[in-house]
Amino acid sequence: MSAERLLIGLGNELRGDDAAGLLVARAARRQRTAGIGVVEREGEPIDLIGDWERARAVVVADAVDSGGEPGRVYRVDAATGPLPAAFAGPSTHALGLADAIELARALDRLPARLVVFGIEGGSFTAGAEPIPAVVAAADAVAAAALAELGAAARD
Amino acid sequence: MSGGNGVRRIETGALARVEGEGAMHVRIRGEEVLGVELRIYEPPRFFEALLRGRALEEAPDITARICGICPIAYQTSACQAMEDALGIEVTGALRDLRRLIYCGEWIESHTLHLYLLHAPDFLGYESGFAMAADHREVVERGLRAKQAGNRLIETIGGRAIHPVNVRVGGFHRAPERRELEALRPELERCREEAIETVRWCAALEFPELDRDYELVCLRSGREGEYPIDDGRIASSRGIDIAPAGFDATFEEQHVAHSTALHARVRERGSYLTGPLARFGLNRERLSPLATDAAAEAGIGAGCSNPFRSIIVRAVEILYAFDEALRLIDAYERPEVPAVAYEPRAGIGHGVSEAPRGMLYHRYEIDDAGEIVSAWIVPPTSQNQRSIEEDLSEFVAANVRLPDDELQRRCEQTIRNYDPCISCSTHFLKLEVERD
Repeated sequence: MSAERLLIGLGNELRGDDAAGLLVARAARRQRTAGIGVVEREGEPIDLIGDWERARAVVVADAVDSGGEPGRVYRVDAATGPLPAAFAGPSTHALGLADAIELARALDRLPARLVVFGIEGGSFTAGAEPIPAVVAAADAVAAAALAELGAAARD
Repeated sequence: MSGGNGVRRIETGALARVEGEGAMHVRIRGEEVLGVELRIYEPPRFFEALLRGRALEEAPDITARICGICPIAYQTSACQAMEDALGIEVTGALRDLRRLIYCGEWIESHTLHLYLLHAPDFLGYESGFAMAADHREVVERGLRAKQAGNRLIETIGGRAIHPVNVRVGGFHRAPERRELEALRPELERCREEAIETVRWCAALEFPELDRDYELVCLRSGREGEYPIDDGRIASSRGIDIAPAGFDATFEEQHVAHSTALHARVRERGSYLTGPLARFGLNRERLSPLATDAAAEAGIGAGCSNPFRSIIVRAVEILYAFDEALRLIDAYERPEVPAVAYEPRAGIGHGVSEAPRGMLYHRYEIDDAGEIVSAWIVPPTSQNQRSIEEDLSEFVAANVRLPDDELQRRCEQTIRNYDPCISCSTHFLKLEVERD
């Protein structure tokens, strides 16, 4: 993906609300995304470093499991500092999104603008559908992400 | 730390830099190791039950979801088991394509483990990204190799994670030769860099631990071929069986402290699968480039120190790049992307070499092609006993180390195996108790 402005939805479609980031990417595609690349990623977050290699502004959307109210949205400016602990929940991934961002920071491979949206999940049961509060939050995050990337075009 | 009952105890929370969730508990009285338990607490995955009643064609895609690190291994073992049940054989360019995509998985999985999960142990870093700040060039090299592996999988499999192009009998679509040729420049560059990685690993400092394992892995029937995608099951103590003999030779046991089953050789005990086993039984089958690199790294005559498995992984990365280039050179697009078949009732067995060890699948299907039963034995459940035995021997030999150093070395001992807890549960926090 070589877009200068990029929205990355991260998640696992088969684990209930863990699909939140993927839902954000799909909702963004349904809206006007001219000049903005939209990708879904299900695998190792470490591979995101390759995804944003040529990007100037990136928004990543992912599910969060911190025990908060399901559907709650968090926004973090990851270009200026590490992700909070809420983003470091249990994962089948050896290295999570927070690790990928810190590795990219150590290698000077972070995009100039990197915003992470987290959506609090309520159920991560295998095979379950995302709950309505998460689906609604994904729509809202898609709109907010596109607004962030739209603003980046004017930088 | 010391427990209230006078038992010396060291604890680690969820073990970092492994795939999945688990814990380790070590009990010591004086200088005697009383017990070691690898406690896997990630919930059982129930994939075997999920497969019952599904169409045989679904097995490769469903089982690939067991692990985001080694989906090709799951797809390959599942396909081979189904093909065995259906009485068909995948040969020629289709089989080579299957081996080629598997090379991509070895590269991306081994590279992730070597550079970002295991190397920090040897250099005293808490994490891969802490190491990256001081060893930028090395980590960049690792990321390049991983991306090359991803691209190989993506080109053949349709996408890098949970590929969608693999099917029973072969593939949905065979790539054009030019698509594979386009990968050559990056693969050639990474092959050269992989030689440097073997040298870099060989220069690390290794704790002493010499183990007398029963090595178990595949042995290819094809002359001069290092085992990746198929073969007979062989061991350093005389096992030489077709995949169908797995059940008669190995058994799985439930242990109270783990949600993953423990595998053992029937009436014998633990065994080791993975890079050390493959290298131990098949190193004469490596390519000349990989053989020379292993010899230069000082492991040409074999390797029984599990800490040196990082060198073996580096040799296998080099081999995978070399083998991928060989397969691309020889590739001619097959006329059909898959071998045709008619459903029939039967039982099939499939085994392949996942990056971290042997992966066995067995399915029974009915005459309509529906799955009646499924049995999956992942590498980490096969290696659990060996991990515990390594820890037991290592702690006994190093019992006078301070608690924090002992804890760090125990974690490193576990990471020697690149354990995949997600796969095995079907896994870590570390706890050491001392009298």
